Amino acid sequence: MTPPTERKLLTPEEYRQAQDSPEFTELRRRFRSFAVPMTVAFLAWYLLYVLLSTYAHDFMSTQVFGNINLGILLGLGQFVTTFLITQLYVRHAGKSTDPIADEMRQRLEAHEFAGPREGTTRG
Amino acid sequence: MADLIAADAGTIGEPAINISIFGVFVLITLVITFRASRNNKSAADFYAAGRNISGTQNGLAIAGDYLSAASFLGIAGAIAVYGYDGFLYSIGFLVAWLVALLLVAELLRNTARFTMADVLAFRMRQGPVRTAAALSTLVVSLFYLLAQMAGAGGLVTLLLGVTGEAAQAATVVVVGALMIFYVLVGGMRGTTYVQVIKASLLIIGALVMTVWVLAEYGFNLSSLIGGAIENGGQAVAEPGAQYGLTNVTKLDFISLGLALVLGTAGLPHVLMRFYTVPTAKDARKSVVVAIWLIGIFYIFSLVIGYGAGALVGREEILAAPGAVNAAAPLLAFELGGTALLGIISGVAFATILAVVAGLTITASASFAHDIYASVIKKGNAAPGTEVKVARIAAIVIGAISIGLGILALQAGLNIAFLVALAFAVAASANLPTILYTLFWKNFTTQGALWSIYGGLIACVTLIIFSPVVSGAPVNEATGKSTSLLQDVDFSWFPLNNPGLVSIPLSFFLGWLGTKLSKERPDVDKYAELEVRSLTGIGAEKAVQH
Repeated sequence: MTPPTERKLLTPEEYRQAQDSPEFTELRRRFRSFAVPMTVAFLAWYLLYVLLSTYAHDFMSTQVFGNINLGILLGLGQFVTTFLITQLYVRHAGKSTDPIADEMRQRLEAHEFAGPREGTTRG
Repeated sequence: MADLIAADAGTIGEPAINISIFGVFVLITLVITFRASRNNKSAADFYAAGRNISGTQNGLAIAGDYLSAASFLGIAGAIAVYGYDGFLYSIGFLVAWLVALLLVAELLRNTARFTMADVLAFRMRQGPVRTAAALSTLVVSLFYLLAQMAGAGGLVTLLLGVTGEAAQAATVVVVGALMIFYVLVGGMRGTTYVQVIKASLLIIGALVMTVWVLAEYGFNLSSLIGGAIENGGQAVAEPGAQYGLTNVTKLDFISLGLALVLGTAGLPHVLMRFYTVPTAKDARKSVVVAIWLIGIFYIFSLVIGYGAGALVGREEILAAPGAVNAAAPLLAFELGGTALLGIISGVAFATILAVVAGLTITASASFAHDIYASVIKKGNAAPGTEVKVARIAAIVIGAISIGLGILALQAGLNIAFLVALAFAVAASANLPTILYTLFWKNFTTQGALWSIYGGLIACVTLIIFSPVVSGAPVNEATGKSTSLLQDVDFSWFPLNNPGLVSIPLSFFLGWLGTKLSKERPDVDKYAELEVRSLTGIGAEKAVQH
C-alpha cells in the first residue's frame, strides 16, 4: 500500500501549469464535448420515454405488428441506444482522449510541467 | 400447478434438491474464498483486491453485484404481474450505467483510493465530508441489504418449505452468517470471485429459461405477449397497469424513473468496484462489459417475466408465498420441473449471497477507512488496525441487516421496489456531490455537506412518511397492507419513491451551500483533481505480490 505522502509526486505549481497548458485544455474540451451533450441526449430520450409511458397511454399502446406495440418497441429502443452510446464512447475515448491523456501522463511523470512554458497563460 | 401449491403447504419442488444445489454453490465459493484469502494483508488488498482484477473480470463482478435478487426475481415478477410497468425498472437500471460510464467511472478510478469519500476529501475539508459520505454510504447499503435479505427469506419460504416466522428468521440468519464469513475471510478478492461465478451462473440460467420460454411460443415475441395477454388481460402489454391508475401513481412512476437512472452512479458498492482494477482504461472496459451483460440479462428478464405471466398466470403468482418475487422460480418449475427449479433457485440464492457480501464489504470499508482511520485517528491509525476495524464493522453491519431483513421479509415487500428506494437515496445523497466535485471548480465543503445531508435527510424523511412505511391500502389477496408497519397510518407524502423531490433538492442545496459559503474554493486542489482525473497521473497502482 502506498502511504498518502508518496502520492504527492507533483507540486501544486506543476498541476497548475499542467491544467493551464494548451494540451490539457484540448483534452478537457474533447472529453466534455462528447460526455456532456451525450449525457443530455440520453437523459432527455429516457425521460421522454418515461413521460410517454405515463401520459401517452394510447400512443404507446398503438399496435405495430401482432401484439408488439409502440411502447415495447421504444423500450427496446432504449436498450439499442444504450449499447450504441457505449460503443461510441469507447471509440471516442480510444481515438480522441486517450492519446493526449497518455502523453500528458508520461510528461507529468517526467516533471516536464515544472517550469514556465511557452503557450501557458500563467507563469 | 395450483393444486400442487395448495397440497404442499406453499412449497414447490423438492426441498432436498433445492438445498443441495445451493449447498454445492456455497461449497465451491467457500473454497475459492479461502484460496483468495492468502493475499489479504493490506487495506488495498482487503478493500480493492490489490487493484489486480482485470477489466473483463471486473465487468462480470459488476454485473454480479448489480443483478441482485431485485433484478432477477423482482423485475421478472413485476413484468409477470404488472406487465409493461415492470419493464421500466430494467430500462432505468440499464440506462443509468451511461452516467457511470461517461461521467464517473474513469475519473473516480484516477482520483480516489477506496471509497466514494476519498474523491470528496481530495478537495474539501476531510473530517466533515468523510463523515457525511460514510453516513450516506451506510444508509444506502442498509436499504439495499434490507431488500436482499427480504428476498432471501421469501425465496427460502417458497423453496425449502420453511413457513413459520421463526424458521424464516433462522434462514435470514444463516444467509447473514455466510455473507459475513465471505467478507471476513475473502475480502474484496474473495467477494469478487464469488460475484464472477454468480454472474456467469445467473446469466446462463436466465438464457436457458429465455430460450425455453421462446421455444414454447415458436420464438415469436408477439405470441409470447399474446399468451401473457390471454392470462392477464390487454393491460399487461400496455403502460399503466401498476402506475397508471391516478395522477399520484403517475407522478410516482416518474419519480421512480428518475431515481433509477440517477442512482446507479451513486451506489457505493458499484463505485467501489472501480478501484479493484489497475487503471482507468480497465475501469472503462469493466463498465462496457457490465453494460452489455446487464442489458442482455434485462432482455432475458422481459421474456421470463412475460413467460411467467403467460405460463404460470398472474393470480397464481400473487397467491404463492413470496408473491411477486416468486414468478421466476414458479416459471422454472412450470418449464423444467424440480430440476430446473432447483437450479434456478440455487442461482437466485447465490445471487443474494454475493450481492449481500459486496454490500457488506463496501459499508465496512467506508466505516473503517473514512470514519475510523481518517476522522477518528486523523490518518494515524496503526498499521493493520484499519483492516481489523473493517472486519469488526462487517460483523456489526451483517447483524443489523439480519435484523432489518427479518422485518422486511415479514412485511412481504417487492424487492425491486425496495432496491428502488436505495437508488433514490444514492441519487439524492451521493450523485450530486460526486458530479459537483468532479466538474465544478467553485464547489465547497459547505456545498457538499448541504447536498449530502439535505438529500439524505429529505429522502429518508419522505420515505418514512410515505405509504411504504405506513398507511398503504390493504391488499385483498393477502389481507395485509403493503406498508412496512401494519395497522397504523402516519403518512402524508403520497409518493412511494421520493426521488422526484429529493434529487432536485440535493442538486439545489449543493449549489446554494456553495454560493453562500464563506470558504474560498481551493484552486490548487482543483487543478490537481482535474489533471489527475483526466490524465491518470498519480493514480493508485496495483499491488505487486
